[in-house]
Amino acid sequence: MSNEQPKGDEPLASFEGLLREKANRLKTLLDDGDVTSAFAVISELNEARDRTLYQEVGHLTRTLHESIRNFHIDSVNPSNKDDASKIEDASDRLAYVVDMTNKAANKTLDLVEDTMPLTLKINKEATQFKSDWTRLQRKEMKPNEFRELSDRMDVFLGELSKNSDKVHKNLSEILLAQDFQDLTGQVINRVTTLVKDVEENLVALVRMAGKVDEITGTIHDDVGQETSGIEGEGPQMKADQREDVVSGQDDVDDLLSSLGF
Amino acid sequence: MNKDMKILVVDDFSTMRRIIKNLLRDLGFTNADEADDGSTALPMLQTGKYDFLVTDWNMPGMTGIELLQHVRADDNLKTLPVLMVTAEAKRDQIVAAAQAGVNGYVVKPFTAAVLKEKIEKIFERIDS
Repeated sequence: MSNEQPKGDEPLASFEGLLREKANRLKTLLDDGDVTSAFAVISELNEARDRTLYQEVGHLTRTLHESIRNFHIDSVNPSNKDDASKIEDASDRLAYVVDMTNKAANKTLDLVEDTMPLTLKINKEATQFKSDWTRLQRKEMKPNEFRELSDRMDVFLGELSKNSDKVHKNLSEILLAQDFQDLTGQVINRVTTLVKDVEENLVALVRMAGKVDEITGTIHDDVGQETSGIEGEGPQMKADQREDVVSGQDDVDDLLSSLGF
Repeated sequence: MNKDMKILVVDDFSTMRRIIKNLLRDLGFTNADEADDGSTALPMLQTGKYDFLVTDWNMPGMTGIELLQHVRADDNLKTLPVLMVTAEAKRDQIVAAAQAGVNGYVVKPFTAAVLKEKIEKIFERIDS
């Protein structure tokens, strides 16, 4: 057995010692023909096995509870003592992350959509003025054209001042809309810690289930999970370390061109 | 390439639909509608008024690959150009999309330049 869980292994190790000791005793008793005492030893063994199981389950339950209790994501509502609700709270917090990122994305998109026409307008008008200005410098402009240019310039400069101010304000707001990263980052980090704790305990649970199977002599039919290989999975993690995943658009293009695209 | 063509953008995240619509507008395509999954998109496509489909893969209800298969199986839609814009990055998936008859495949996160290039490539091939 692994050395990583010395506490969890203790009951089982002592049970194995007991089993060995009692087995020798059982053999001696049977050799001596003392069947009654032999049955007593068997029932002692049964009791010891049950006790070991209870201890293993108890130990694991304690560690699992411990790790859930260690999950202090909710500093706003510390009066909540119900352990089970911490996991629920974690899902609530993740829903909050989805909500916040959604709001930030929409706010940013609103501001971008508000800003883009302004910059397009400024660009279009400035391009027009550039060509008019060139004509003026070459003295190709008639006085009435110049008066018209001067009037337009007046309006343009007024609008330019107003619109560039608006662009700046929108950019500042876009900047501030990124503040979700700090808050959602903190929440996600805490949920990650909980998931790691729970995972560790689940691994211990699997390990213990293996021991329980060992003690009780249970054999399971393994049912493998099969996936079609093309089911949607969302973004791939550690794509650069995986052979079956493309690492970017260039990879996609290479793959498609190898297929005759 | 006809800049007035009618485009359907299918993605379950409204922000991604907005991003794609904005990028399309920047490329001069101002005539785009939205749907949030394949089962909403398919009846819209069946009206016959769309010239180009941009779809995500992973969506609740009907996925993008199923939508693509439905489109290719429909006599009125089978020649509709389809661009997949998705986070799905497994080689098997890209091969499956190609076999299902996708016209272009863009992996997220993507840039405006990549989207432009793929759209141009699709219509170059169709127009030629």
